[in-house]
Amino acid sequence: MQIYLPIAEVSVNAFLLLGLGGLVGVLSGMFGVGGGFLMTPLLFFIGIPPAVAVATEANQIVASSFSGVLAHFRRQTVDIKMGLVLQAGGLIGAALGVLVFNYLKALGQVDLLVMLCYVVFLGVVGTLMFIESLNAIWKSKKAGGAVAARRQRNWIHALPFKVRFRTSGLYISVIPPILVGICVGILAAIMGVGGGFIMVPAMIYILGMPTKVVIGTSLFQIITVTAFTTMLHATTNYTVDIVLAVLLLIGGVIGAQIGTRIGVYMKAEQLRILLALMVMMVCGKLALDLLLTPSELFSLGGGGGH
Amino acid sequence: MRNLLLAALLLFALPAQAAQEEVVLGLSQDRVAITANFDGSEILIFGAVKRETPIPDGEQLEVIVTVSGPEHPVLVRRKERKLGIWVNVDSVLVDSAPTFYAVATSAPFSQVLTDTEDLRYRISIERAIRSVGAAMHIRGAQDFADAVVRVRENKNLYSLRENTVAVDQQTLFRTAIEMPADLTEGSYTARIFLTRNGKVVSQYETPIDVRKVGLERFLYVMSREQPFWYGLMSLAIAIAAGWGASAAFRLLRNN
Repeated sequence: MQIYLPIAEVSVNAFLLLGLGGLVGVLSGMFGVGGGFLMTPLLFFIGIPPAVAVATEANQIVASSFSGVLAHFRRQTVDIKMGLVLQAGGLIGAALGVLVFNYLKALGQVDLLVMLCYVVFLGVVGTLMFIESLNAIWKSKKAGGAVAARRQRNWIHALPFKVRFRTSGLYISVIPPILVGICVGILAAIMGVGGGFIMVPAMIYILGMPTKVVIGTSLFQIITVTAFTTMLHATTNYTVDIVLAVLLLIGGVIGAQIGTRIGVYMKAEQLRILLALMVMMVCGKLALDLLLTPSELFSLGGGGGH
Repeated sequence: MRNLLLAALLLFALPAQAAQEEVVLGLSQDRVAITANFDGSEILIFGAVKRETPIPDGEQLEVIVTVSGPEHPVLVRRKERKLGIWVNVDSVLVDSAPTFYAVATSAPFSQVLTDTEDLRYRISIERAIRSVGAAMHIRGAQDFADAVVRVRENKNLYSLRENTVAVDQQTLFRTAIEMPADLTEGSYTARIFLTRNGKVVSQYETPIDVRKVGLERFLYVMSREQPFWYGLMSLAIAIAAGWGASAAFRLLRNN
């Protein structure tokens, strides 16, 4: 069934959009990532104009993250206090990110820089997570199931303004979470994603949060940042396509529910290794696009770029 | 008063000066409504040639029908390999290119129209695109204009359909122009040219209104005129859908 999208001004198959939403929703629920890093390139691929894809995707992430976080709230695997601190940083970061984005747009190379951002961040995060998860699995096998304690004292514990995060069992300074929030917010705004794929490893490896609460907390903070991004896009660029968003989120919220339940039955290390593989696959695909000779050397844009 | 008189005079004088052969046109629809399930459209364009004198001897009458969308400037970028990766290196602003352009003719294009006439009336796809201000320092600025045609031909937005106008007894003609699903809204124009010997003997122009209607129109207007509320509405739908799915799944699991 074809459907005409009022803002994107293209006609697409409604079931294709529902399917894409569902697929990405499952991943979102399983890994606590918004799925934007996967969905945005997929939307480009089916012919949605990039500006509309990025803005609408932010709106869809709100839905799937909200659906996912409710399940985590009930299981009490959301560190609300930590989430609020990260959100504060995230909003500052998102606003900064939009400024950076507009500056790059004026330079005329924004597409390339967004692509390079994707390749570099996905590549680094994916590889690190893959190696770490393999090590963890290997170690736990050797030690007969006992997982080695990962939390050690480092420079983070020397910073001032310490706060107790009870759900995470942490007593650390608020500075690192705010900085993490800002960095993820900037990247989220530039790359048009929720930022979960950077947030999750940052929480595990930099803040030392237990994997159990990482996913719920990540979803919690993603909601705020993407809602903010949606409003920015809707009011400045008029590129949020509500029909596209509804189709994606119907699939997405159902997928997220399924994904959250699959996630419960999997070990944290297995989840991380799967996420790492996914991230590396997307990175590889984008890198190939940059390296291989494109079939069409010319691209058309609006007249406003001059 | 003098002006009025002059205008009236001109008005009466014009038909007398016009060609001996004129187009009387019919359209199956003079507006295309883009609804939620819009899946492209087909417009039948038919008409007759009105003449006071007998059909001139010699060359056959040929008919060209064009339908063009609103014209917009297009920024065309070209990629080149730099340090191993493909990046946009230069761009040319094509001043004006229609979002949609279809040409239907009653015979092969080179037979129905000479190059000079094409230049004058801008009928062929290549001529319908204007890139006057193309920067001269970029080699092959023409490549950029060609790229617009190529990319849009691949999307079925531009097309040349030779031999698709049927002409009966040099008087009646008809053709069907297909429009793809990915239409931009705006004021479209249908032009009809009558040619003999490759020369345009008469031309006729009529607008076709392409518009979003119903829900499509409502959402589009709201997103432009009340972006803040539109954004809040999008978020509200997102939150409601997220909550709804969560609640539904909990019910399913408890049963």
